Amino acid sequence: MKGARESAERIVEMVGDRAEAEAYVRIGRGELTRFANSFIHQNVGEDYLNIRLRVSSNGSVAAVTGDQGSDDAMAALVETGLAVAATQPIDPDWPGITSPADIPQSDFSSVSTIEATPDQRAAEVAAFVGADTALVAAGYCDTDWFDIGFANSTGHGATSRGSRATIDGIHQTDESAGSGHATSVDFSRIDGAAIGSIAADRARRGTNAFDLKPGEYQVVLAPEAVATIALFLGFYGFNGRAYNEGQSFAAPGETQFDDSVSLADDPSGESALGASFDLEGTPKTHQLLVDRGVTTMLVHDRRSARRAGTVSTGHGWTESSKYGPIPGHLVVSPGSASVDELISGVDRGVYVASFNYCRILDPKTQVVTGLTRNGTFMIENGAITDAVTNLRFTQSFSKSWEPGNVLGLGEDLRYADCEFGAGLVRAPSMHLGSWNFTGGAAG
Amino acid sequence: MFENAVAAVEAALGAGAVYADARYIEGKSESIEVFNGSVRQLDRTESAGIGVRALVGSSWGFFGTHDTSSTGLLAAGRRASEIAKASAAVPGQPFELADVPVVEADYETPHDESLFEVPLSEKVDLLVAVTGALRDVEEVRLATATVAGWDTHKWFVSSQGHRIHQHLVETGGGFSATAIGDDETQIRSYPQSFGQYETGGFETVRRWDFLSNAPRIADEAASLLTASQCPVGEMTVILEASQLALQIHESVGHAIELDRILGWEAAFAGTSHLKLEELGKHRYGSSLMNISADATLPGALGTFGYDDEGTPAQNVPIVNEGIWVGVLSGRDSAARAGLPPGGMARGDGYPRMPMVRMTNVGLAPGESSLDEMIAETERGVLMSTNRSWSIDDKRLNFQFGCEIGWEIEDGKLTRRVKNPTYTGITPQFWGQLDMLAGEAEWVHWGTPNCGKGQPIQVAHTGHSASPGRFARVRVGVTG
Repeated sequence: MKGARESAERIVEMVGDRAEAEAYVRIGRGELTRFANSFIHQNVGEDYLNIRLRVSSNGSVAAVTGDQGSDDAMAALVETGLAVAATQPIDPDWPGITSPADIPQSDFSSVSTIEATPDQRAAEVAAFVGADTALVAAGYCDTDWFDIGFANSTGHGATSRGSRATIDGIHQTDESAGSGHATSVDFSRIDGAAIGSIAADRARRGTNAFDLKPGEYQVVLAPEAVATIALFLGFYGFNGRAYNEGQSFAAPGETQFDDSVSLADDPSGESALGASFDLEGTPKTHQLLVDRGVTTMLVHDRRSARRAGTVSTGHGWTESSKYGPIPGHLVVSPGSASVDELISGVDRGVYVASFNYCRILDPKTQVVTGLTRNGTFMIENGAITDAVTNLRFTQSFSKSWEPGNVLGLGEDLRYADCEFGAGLVRAPSMHLGSWNFTGGAAG
Repeated sequence: MFENAVAAVEAALGAGAVYADARYIEGKSESIEVFNGSVRQLDRTESAGIGVRALVGSSWGFFGTHDTSSTGLLAAGRRASEIAKASAAVPGQPFELADVPVVEADYETPHDESLFEVPLSEKVDLLVAVTGALRDVEEVRLATATVAGWDTHKWFVSSQGHRIHQHLVETGGGFSATAIGDDETQIRSYPQSFGQYETGGFETVRRWDFLSNAPRIADEAASLLTASQCPVGEMTVILEASQLALQIHESVGHAIELDRILGWEAAFAGTSHLKLEELGKHRYGSSLMNISADATLPGALGTFGYDDEGTPAQNVPIVNEGIWVGVLSGRDSAARAGLPPGGMARGDGYPRMPMVRMTNVGLAPGESSLDEMIAETERGVLMSTNRSWSIDDKRLNFQFGCEIGWEIEDGKLTRRVKNPTYTGITPQFWGQLDMLAGEAEWVHWGTPNCGKGQPIQVAHTGHSASPGRFARVRVGVTG
């Protein structure tokens, strides 16, 4: 089988001078070992090939996708794309394809992840489960590696390789659950026993939970909960298309957050997950979205950038046409406090391990409803006391980081799971002055 | 194409599986979105591949691949068995797959007009006209209209002898108008949020008559900018049928999935408040509540001939006069629970392992009507079209937001209200169902975006519903 870059170039060559063309090809293998009731119940793998071709024939645009890599199949895909485009009206917002740009060939992959076997994943699961065999464990361990190639008819081309490994799971008693999570480029850095111990400890401490009366409370949020906030801000707020359409809260140049908050989109560095360029072949670079409380910029693909009169920041993705450009390498700048120090600053509040089922009520106000899950505890006089049953909140995520409400940031920056999955956000723990809990176990 | 699936199954058996099955799938899809008069998205997808499932001892392995060469098929079968063997390092209790009829069969979705045979220009012209009509209202700044469809051929083979070919056709679409104020956005959608999808061809889109409904939807979106906020407090709520369909999906459909009840989804989607020992005894709701999971409903989105384990589509009672009586199951979950298999295991394309999914989980119609419910309500809110949805991991504590509401006073609709929300606890809420509209207002709503599983799988499900009235509901939760 051809490599991703070779396939992309071959497709563009097949289009020839009949249209502007860009091809994005992703080849890889993803395998996931899933466990519940402390045994492996689903264990799956996939060899994938994703080919996306976008053509513009005199401004009439169409995109086609396929998963067959033979010359005949790719030729058929090309002809379908050209035929569909030919029937279309001219797209007045077509931004054209990316001009040649310098993108060094990048390889963020890890050999241990590429070569991880089903037996090795099962061993990490066994270690997670074995952290406390008196509890009931559930979760997954997965590995994914990929080779991405891009080419377009200006002669621009790029290659990137990468990998990701994750273990994520819970331990459960009859009445409580606790979670643990780790993600890395490198499977050999995944420690199922350590993550299982964190989950088991939270589960054990979660027993005998009481129903807390809903209301405004101080909170200390673990990295998973902070990551969910960051992702919602990115998805709905720093999205250049949402801003163009008047649906974003973001106001570049204005102080919208506490001065302790800085937020970046950073696809670079040794811990980077993902490719070094986007779906349109634009290089991805470090972008500072919030600088010490001040919103500094939005992210764009070529289409939203054209509308805004600026240039793409490299945030085109497979669902750009539906959702707009999204930052997918978010980093919330950490502080210097330990988690215990954050907790010690709370007289009466709630510690939240993670959020669950968050949904936005209005993107402009960023009012979100969701629940706590897998570890909710009362904080009294600077220490965690009793477990609390899961709480519902209805809270503006953007206002939760407003000036004066961020009272502390942890030093524990790491990849954190979030509402949309692993590997999208690195975040630390965070102490907030107020959080609006609107319901509990009893409604 | 049966031979491709047979080759993969035999490879899995040769590598040590005691049972294996395979789905060879060829599919195509099309999605067109017009935004403010211009085509923003026109995507066509063509795919082919195989997914092989192998059982070794009591452990499953699954492997999917796009590589349909003979080498690729054999490698996929062997890999599925290798993965299953690795699962045995952390094994579960032994089990036998529940018995199902071994059949050779062919099934095709009844349809009149393939989406792919309707000229692109006709589809685009319709959507451009719809967004134009929406934009005739000044406050509407964002007008979006969509049609989409899937055309899928599946060849299923099992080591027990199944040979089933299915041709499934699903089509739909919708539109939305968004009005933007200084510090808010207000949206109205038709026929429901995310559109309406059904099994069938482009005739489904024609039947919903997008163009005639566009002016009303645009006017409603604009009016919400100046509408009053939803009242706050405990009062009667009437849910329009598509919102009630989502309520069914979230607070009944997921809760009755047997894999959740057994704990198999505990870490991600969650479990269920239902306990198997309460089956046949637990009161789920009022006596007006009659729910079934019917994969045979003509036109509904969750309709097929056979599930992805070769089990025939069937109509399974779930709630009878408020009492919980049934679950959604597959061959392994049913066997472990000692229940008959319901034919509800489906996978999201060839690369995903089949798991328990909703079919058409619907609420049978009552004998009232929306007009009668309004007339018999002293104080309440009528809410329509979902805008947000959130529910906890046991499917108990929910909070839903709708696009639009109307206050009801003394049996009459009064003013429009914006940002309507309601919240509750599943069995209490369903216990407060006190009026339900009849068959004339009963619609097979489709949900094309039901997410579940790891890796995530998206399923297409159906939910028949008519408008319903609920007493003493907490309304107007805000941030």
